[in-house]
Amino acid sequence: MAEKVLMKGNEAIAEAAIRAGCRHYFGYPITPQTEVAAYMAKRMPKIGGTFLQAESEISAINMVYGVAGTGKRVMTSSSSPGVSLKQEGISYIAGADLPALIVNVQRGGPGLGGIQPSQSDYFQATKGGGHGDYHLIVLTPDSVQEMADLTALAFDLADKYRMPAMLLADGTMGQMMEPVELPPESGCTVEKPWAVTGTNMARKHNIINSLYLDPEELEKTNFERFERYRYIEEHEARCERYMMDDAEYCVVAFGIAARVSKNAVSALRKQGIKVGLIRPITIWPFPKQAIAEAAEQVRAFVSVELSMGQMIEDIRLAEQCRRPVTLCNRAGGMIPTPEQIMEAVKRLEGGNA
Amino acid sequence: MKRVTLFCGHYGSGKTNIAVNYALWLRRQGKDVAIADIDVVNPYFRTKDSQQELEAAGVRVVALPFANTNVDLPALPAEVYALVQSRTQFAVFDVGGDDRGAYALGRYVPDILAENDFDMLYVANFYRPLTRTPEEALTVLREIEGACGIPCTGIINNSNLGEQTTAETVEATRAAANRLAELASLPVVMTTAEEHVGVPGAFTLRLQKKLV
Repeated sequence: MAEKVLMKGNEAIAEAAIRAGCRHYFGYPITPQTEVAAYMAKRMPKIGGTFLQAESEISAINMVYGVAGTGKRVMTSSSSPGVSLKQEGISYIAGADLPALIVNVQRGGPGLGGIQPSQSDYFQATKGGGHGDYHLIVLTPDSVQEMADLTALAFDLADKYRMPAMLLADGTMGQMMEPVELPPESGCTVEKPWAVTGTNMARKHNIINSLYLDPEELEKTNFERFERYRYIEEHEARCERYMMDDAEYCVVAFGIAARVSKNAVSALRKQGIKVGLIRPITIWPFPKQAIAEAAEQVRAFVSVELSMGQMIEDIRLAEQCRRPVTLCNRAGGMIPTPEQIMEAVKRLEGGNA
Repeated sequence: MKRVTLFCGHYGSGKTNIAVNYALWLRRQGKDVAIADIDVVNPYFRTKDSQQELEAAGVRVVALPFANTNVDLPALPAEVYALVQSRTQFAVFDVGGDDRGAYALGRYVPDILAENDFDMLYVANFYRPLTRTPEEALTVLREIEGACGIPCTGIINNSNLGEQTTAETVEATRAAANRLAELASLPVVMTTAEEHVGVPGAFTLRLQKKLV
């Protein structure tokens, strides 16, 4: 068994990225993700990598765009307001079909908001965020261990599907310290014949671009990209089912909300209430199938979110309005208590969801 | 024990928890104690999280009034000077992590050195990723000394794996702590652990707030 270290979630992201072969990091400091940059600043110079604090988030994401075009593993990280600034660049990266990792350690919003944890960038992460028809693969860790594991997975999926991936965490996940078994050293395993690496006069030059002067050609790239998205939706949706086997009620929550929900589910089970949890690990692709299957079994759903209710829309689409879906939430940097979630489930039991 | 005790160390090594527990311990010895939060780097995990408990025990807490809010600015309370220049009250300082956190201490150093009644204790956790070896821990120690201009006088071994800490976990780091002490020519002044871990002779810690 590998040795364990005690890490902050933000540090786990950074170390896992390095172990996944990422040698290029571009960022701009913002609480509560600054430790990702601080860790990279310490480590990258020692291993021949690049750490660069850009003059802005917009610069940083465009530097990511540049390195991504060469086929090297590359990332940036920020928190909510900073991720908003990156959206134009993310859209370009998606439009140029390039793999890259964008980390969002969310804080309360909108606007400058606050520095406490939040999940209110769900829409931004899963429904576009930038302009144009595109998606990101979005992974949502619920422990420091998963901060590391899903970072490695995000690089792999981004390479495999030639598209940007996002690790969507929150301030709690970024700041909390837990023992971690770090993933092994790895790297890119797919060929990247599209990469801009120098032709050596031996091949036609590659072009990295998201501009199409011919609308028919642009339409064609969009349709082809969405074929790929359809495949990803069928094959890459991930979730954890917790006490769902005989559940009559289903709590749906990811990240920090899922951790609190697990405590609530366990406490409710002790009171004899048959409740389970579905924890999406990818929110794009959303685990529609798991929710649809649960709708055959349970009487109602509760969506637990650190937002005003964003994932709840995807739950309703997935269960196709067969069951009531209620919202149990806090916002602005606050976290629901297990008691609040228990109350929300008990209200369903009353029959008037 | 010295009038001024400063706790420095790598980011996330456990300085704040130790500072809070040490201030409470001093108070239990009947001392007049104040604790100052001069961590301007990390807006989370603050001395202020334990303010109620500290004040209930009779420990004076010096921290910015808006610490733990969304306007947690990297600024220091003027009252810190009063602690530095006091010759009667015991003062515990929770210094920010790494060299970056220690810079803020620099402005108080002339007074602290002039009085020359201080301990500057370096907190080490050998399970933290950037201080896995005595050599790495020494590098951070020297960076901190260089940033604030005050020499360390002792080492605290706070090695732990959070909730997975056992007596064996701590024991396994004893050699590393001794090696660091040898490299730095400093004594290991204490080993720290939560009481339930059961490390004989350890300074026992009660932890601050726990996240979910």
